Amino acid sequence: MRAMKRLLSKKNLCISAAVIAVYALVQALFSAGVLRTFHEVNFITGCIGIIMAVSLNLITGFTGQFTLGHAGFMAIGAYFSAVMTVKWGVFFPISLFCGGVLAALFGVLIGLPTLRLKGDYLAIATLGFGEVIRVVLLNTKYVGGASGFFGIPRLINWTWAFFIMVIAVVVIRNLLWSSYGRACISIREDEIASELMGIDITKYKVLAFTVGAFFAGLGGAIYSHYFYGMQPGTFNFMKSIDYLVMVVLGGMGSITGSVLAAVALTAINVVLQQYSDIRMILYALLLIVIMIFRPQGLMGSRELSVNMFRKLKRGEKNGAVGSK
Amino acid sequence: MEQFYIFLQQLINGVSLGSIYALIALGYTMVYGIIKLINFAHGDIYMMGAFVAYFAVLYLNVGFLPALILAMLTCLVLGVLIERIAYKPLRNATRIAALITAIGMSFLLEYTMVFFVGAQSRAFPDVLPSVRLEFFGGKVYVTGKELLIYGVTIVLVVLLQFIVKKTKTGKAMRAVAYDRDAAMLMGVNIDHTISATFAIGSALAGAAGVLVAIYYSAINPLMGMTPGLKAFVAAVLGGIGIIPGAALGGLIMGLVETLVIAYGQSTYRDAVAFAILILILIIKPSGILGSNVREKV
Repeated sequence: MRAMKRLLSKKNLCISAAVIAVYALVQALFSAGVLRTFHEVNFITGCIGIIMAVSLNLITGFTGQFTLGHAGFMAIGAYFSAVMTVKWGVFFPISLFCGGVLAALFGVLIGLPTLRLKGDYLAIATLGFGEVIRVVLLNTKYVGGASGFFGIPRLINWTWAFFIMVIAVVVIRNLLWSSYGRACISIREDEIASELMGIDITKYKVLAFTVGAFFAGLGGAIYSHYFYGMQPGTFNFMKSIDYLVMVVLGGMGSITGSVLAAVALTAINVVLQQYSDIRMILYALLLIVIMIFRPQGLMGSRELSVNMFRKLKRGEKNGAVGSK
Repeated sequence: MEQFYIFLQQLINGVSLGSIYALIALGYTMVYGIIKLINFAHGDIYMMGAFVAYFAVLYLNVGFLPALILAMLTCLVLGVLIERIAYKPLRNATRIAALITAIGMSFLLEYTMVFFVGAQSRAFPDVLPSVRLEFFGGKVYVTGKELLIYGVTIVLVVLLQFIVKKTKTGKAMRAVAYDRDAAMLMGVNIDHTISATFAIGSALAGAAGVLVAIYYSAINPLMGMTPGLKAFVAAVLGGIGIIPGAALGGLIMGLVETLVIAYGQSTYRDAVAFAILILILIIKPSGILGSNVREKV
């Protein structure tokens, strides 16, 4: 009964209502014909961006493990789910899920040996892993090789993408606000100290890596089931950087920051679509300037929350919620 | 016997590629040794070197040597500027922050060049007479370009070894790399030493860029990305922070890559480099010439 009461607290109800309102508003605009199919692309890309950024934040922002191979997990999810749907004829929500599971398995496989590495070595090793995945896909005839894998039916729509995104954010948020999440954050703050406190460092690093990889795989699966297909080059190093920029901009260690940054950067991309060169120059400058002047990202490790607004109204200094 | 000639020819090609990787890897390893930063922009400084030489040959009508020196000097200045503007403010920040800045710097150089000169490949003009040394009745040969690569690499590596081992700046570099705080207390000017490291490393990368432009006769603004990463792998392979290690690692990378292209599948050439990296990081993270360092609490 108390659990029920906590689940239906005023805060949770407010957030749920807001989420449903966003969904209903966009859905209504689609139904009314204000937004057309070519707008839908941007909304789906935004949802994928949020999934990728939040899952990367779990690994890099909260657990402090800098990885540059997130697009590799995305590629695994995208290709495996596509193979299941198209070649084996599996019902597509199951293949989406399996795409995520395979990516998670790779997360464990890659995570166990490489997580012994620290900082920059880990970054380079994960970068290498992402590239190896890409080259292997490039050389696999079964999934189309260099010309890519096409002919996947468009089974994802706004409703699917939105609710998978909401599930991803809620799962990662709840994981981080549990004792598991606190262990992850303590590893980021000081690995040696948390080991002394009896935290199994390897276990929690691999956990973060696996969960992050699972959702990255899911993001990839959504991608392949929306865009009819993909090439190995779709998931290159640049893709990993795109999502890293979202995490860095939003704040390493802030879920709402990642969500906001993913939405904002997707919108900026739409505006700058014709000028892709300038977009990359801007991205580069953004990374450098943020790192020099605000290395913790725009939101830092703060979260945007109902409490924050309430405190702002009372004129209090808004404290960090959750971590730090 | 025929097989042996082909193998010998591949070795010659491999050493040329390896020398170029070695030159880039030297800069990586020096910078990493002194400020513990993977300078992602290093590969793009190499690209800038190639472009400076290209414009020098095309518009100033100079020969190989002036173009090489001009490219090295431009890269030297660029390297020092990058360090002063982007990396110096972050010297006491977290490693991740510095690394992200380096990635940003790399993209900035690449896409600024794409913006100004376009992303398409350009043909690098021939600045050398085509010479060819033949052995075994023409079955194995060394081109003039390859001889030039060997020559320039050997001269630069010897020069670098001299600077690092015999000069006062070199001594300061080694001191800062060993213990920055202690070096500072002994009166070493840290800022100057780090700038000098960037200057030397960037000049070497610029030279590598010119050599690659001559060797492959083609340049483009994104050419630095993959060789940059591979040179880093070479530096890790030889033991990061160790100068002979970087040269050795570069040679091994070049040889392995050439042999993979010759006897395996050329599409796997990029994957092999990273497979080597992951293996070396798991088996012996300190590299071939490195000694294990225990973690201090």
